Amino acid sequence: MNTNTSDAVLVKNYIDGNERALEVLVLRHKSRVYNFIYSKVLDGDLSEDIFQDTFIKVIRTLRKGTYNEEGKFLPWLMRIAHNLIIDHFRKSNRMPKFESKDKEFDIFSMLKDSGRNAEKQLIVDQISADVRKLVDELPEDQKQVVYMRLFKDMSFKEIAENTDVSINTALGRMRYAIINLRRLVVEHNIVLTE
Amino acid sequence: MPKIYSQGSKRMNNLQPKQETIDFILNFSKAIHVVKTRSMLIEVHKN
Repeated sequence: MNTNTSDAVLVKNYIDGNERALEVLVLRHKSRVYNFIYSKVLDGDLSEDIFQDTFIKVIRTLRKGTYNEEGKFLPWLMRIAHNLIIDHFRKSNRMPKFESKDKEFDIFSMLKDSGRNAEKQLIVDQISADVRKLVDELPEDQKQVVYMRLFKDMSFKEIAENTDVSINTALGRMRYAIINLRRLVVEHNIVLTE
Repeated sequence: MPKIYSQGSKRMNNLQPKQETIDFILNFSKAIHVVKTRSMLIEVHKN
């Protein structure tokens, strides 16, 4: 692999597991992408963040096998950077900043929000989405019981009546569902904690 | 808005991202692992 290798070949090599291919791609396009971002946001630290997020998005997409640009890597890369810049401006417009003029006492440093912050909420949402996906992997009878018990908060008596089985069968299905969920979590090395 | 032609636009062709940002990206790539199951893709991060 040399500096003349095309982007398309490098992308293919990277998808096949060659980490060096990504390094060549990053080094080849870093200046162009970074300058493009900086020209829009005019802030060094912010440009670094958006640059980093751009390549993280590229890595995720390539690793998940959902990339289908067929030889047009650079326009795709620039489009990701462009979309992230737009996302940044949308967010900053939605969140006006308040700054106290009084350096001694700042009311905003005294205020506390005991609820989840945005990061924690994102993590909780992600865990919840992962659990739902895991539940979807279960056999139909077990999936039904888990949904009714955990997501609809139904009692085992109600579940038994709704699924036309005895309470003991519903309890058994729940037990097997939990055993299977634990197995899936261990098999795929998934961490489901805040 | 009228353009001010007396002032040249800022040329930004020589800026580079920090080496630590590049290193972070390359390390992130080495740490991420995607697990494919029947109906979903799960991202796993190795430390």
